[in-house]
Amino acid sequence: MSAPASTQKTTPGGNAVLDLVKQPIVVALILIAVLLALGEALSPGFASLQQILRLAIVAALLGIVAAGQNLVILGGREGIDLSVGGVVSLSAILAGNIMSGQDGGILPAVLACVAVGALFGLFNGLGVTLLRIPPLVMTLGMLGVLQGLLVVIRQGIPSGRAAPALSQFVSQPFLFGLPGIIWLWIAIGLFMAFLLKRTVFGHRIYAVGSNEQAAFMAGVPVRTIRVALFMLSGMFAAVAGICLLGYSGSSFANVGETYMLPSIIAVVLGGTPLAGGRGGYTGTMAGAMLLVVLQSILTTINIDESGRQMIFGATLLVLMLFYGRGKAMRG
Amino acid sequence: MTSLSASPQRSGFAAAIERLPFLPAVLILVVLIALNGWFEPNSLGFRAVTGLVSTYLALMMLAIAQTYVVMAGDIDLSVGAILSLVNVVVIVLMEQWGGGGLTVLVACVVGILTGLACGLVNGLVVAALRLQAIVATFATSIFFTGLALYVLPVAGTPAPAAFWRTYGGRILEIPFVFWAVAVLALLLVALVRTRLTTLLLAVGDDAQGAFQSGLPVVAIRIKGYVLCGLFAALAALCVTGDTASGDPLVGGKMTLYSVAAVVLGGSALSGGKGTVVGSLVGALIIGLINSLVFFVGTPSEWQNLVQGLAILIALMAGVFVGRRVGQ
Repeated sequence: MSAPASTQKTTPGGNAVLDLVKQPIVVALILIAVLLALGEALSPGFASLQQILRLAIVAALLGIVAAGQNLVILGGREGIDLSVGGVVSLSAILAGNIMSGQDGGILPAVLACVAVGALFGLFNGLGVTLLRIPPLVMTLGMLGVLQGLLVVIRQGIPSGRAAPALSQFVSQPFLFGLPGIIWLWIAIGLFMAFLLKRTVFGHRIYAVGSNEQAAFMAGVPVRTIRVALFMLSGMFAAVAGICLLGYSGSSFANVGETYMLPSIIAVVLGGTPLAGGRGGYTGTMAGAMLLVVLQSILTTINIDESGRQMIFGATLLVLMLFYGRGKAMRG
Repeated sequence: MTSLSASPQRSGFAAAIERLPFLPAVLILVVLIALNGWFEPNSLGFRAVTGLVSTYLALMMLAIAQTYVVMAGDIDLSVGAILSLVNVVVIVLMEQWGGGGLTVLVACVVGILTGLACGLVNGLVVAALRLQAIVATFATSIFFTGLALYVLPVAGTPAPAAFWRTYGGRILEIPFVFWAVAVLALLLVALVRTRLTTLLLAVGDDAQGAFQSGLPVVAIRIKGYVLCGLFAALAALCVTGDTASGDPLVGGKMTLYSVAAVVLGGSALSGGKGTVVGSLVGALIIGLINSLVFFVGTPSEWQNLVQGLAILIALMAGVFVGRRVGQ
């Protein structure tokens, strides 16, 4: 209903403004603005530039994971990647050990982590395409493997430290007052928009996601594309893991786990349905920001953890009512 | 889907799997039992089996819970949160009411009602409001976890002795957990005799077709979620009996295991194909993999990895074999 394409067909009696408001990204942006205003009212300083930047850094971490999740979901056939959280944790711990506080170690760490992320994505992709294991099952199993691997690694090696330059990149102003990670996120946003809208690969993702059979008949290498999507998802999760290391300074237990389901929620709130085939990353970026602002507002309010979680869960459900709904059955 | 691609001559084994999709799982189970017995003969003894059942009865219940929604093509990522909520509700009520025999029973009933209510909420949200099951039940799981934290902010309140002594004890020389399994079996047989299983499978196989042939699709899916809530509550009672304490986060890790158990049992997450027996076997497979990894002497820090790999391979093999034969 809220697909970009459907807005071109103006419903009788509808108008352009109403159609615009139905766009998921517009809804998300309006909600972000409303929440920021609400936060400012509740606790002055909440919507200060400084504070918004801090929220944007947290949102960038989630948003980078959600980029890969977004791609896998767009590819359709129940595409989903539950292993992203494990890859984020693994990447953070690997990067911390490779760089162990030295700036010179950043490049090798990035290369190694992205390669590891791509490798796990490759396993997922091959399982899903060659053995035709449903993505949810395959990536769920892979998550178990990753969690086990993390236990082994944490026994064997000391928890690493982030290089100073990496920490600076994530949390200190880098260019025009914005930290490097924000620029990275913007770059990823542009890359995703270019990839999805301007490249053959991007068009094929939508083709595979909306009708795999037709895409296959038209000569689209369906399997290769699906494997590539899972590899990209692993790579994005790995990049997020490195940034997370820079954000927290040192890698600690299962930091990435908290990204698994929120990355999916960010995609859905951004207007990409789990069925795949339509949607895009710009909405997902807004979705990630929306989630982070919402969580932050709840920590500002003076209520205990239980109340916070209840409000968060209930709010998510209400937000989903705006877009995530399926079609009613008709006879 | 399966009948269209059926080859004219199918072997007896293939036909058997068609009717009993959990056969590959049973095969894996038998192999695992044999391996467990090989590496640790005592593991097949009465005492060890009792221990295994009392530890994994909760996961078996939770896998059954998940099965009823998976049958209809849905999924419930909140089963673990429901389990936690029921666990703390029962614990806190028993504590406040003094922990006598009757109060324990009433607390359990309230716990089961809580599970049913959670299931109803999930059903309304997913089927009536038409939200996507994965994200919607994740949202409700956050809500249920919040409720559980409200009821009992930190883990630790012990269960009254009357409760865990019963769960770990014996009635007429037979361990209580076996009575529980027997009652569970009767309950499952009773459920199989109702039309609900058939209806859930019909909806999961082809929701549009089911709707067009006049089935109340929304109501059927809601019933699936309510049933899921019921079994999640029963799982919570098992956990409470096994751990003898309350923990608002106890079920969190079990959600994904319940999904894995359902898949191991030969059910299709896309719906329309699933058996509760398979999920029971799936839960036992997870339990036996865990104990086997221990018995072969895997160093403790490697155990999680080996378990994860074994479960992944079992998942892949199960799906692969099930489909190969089904075609």
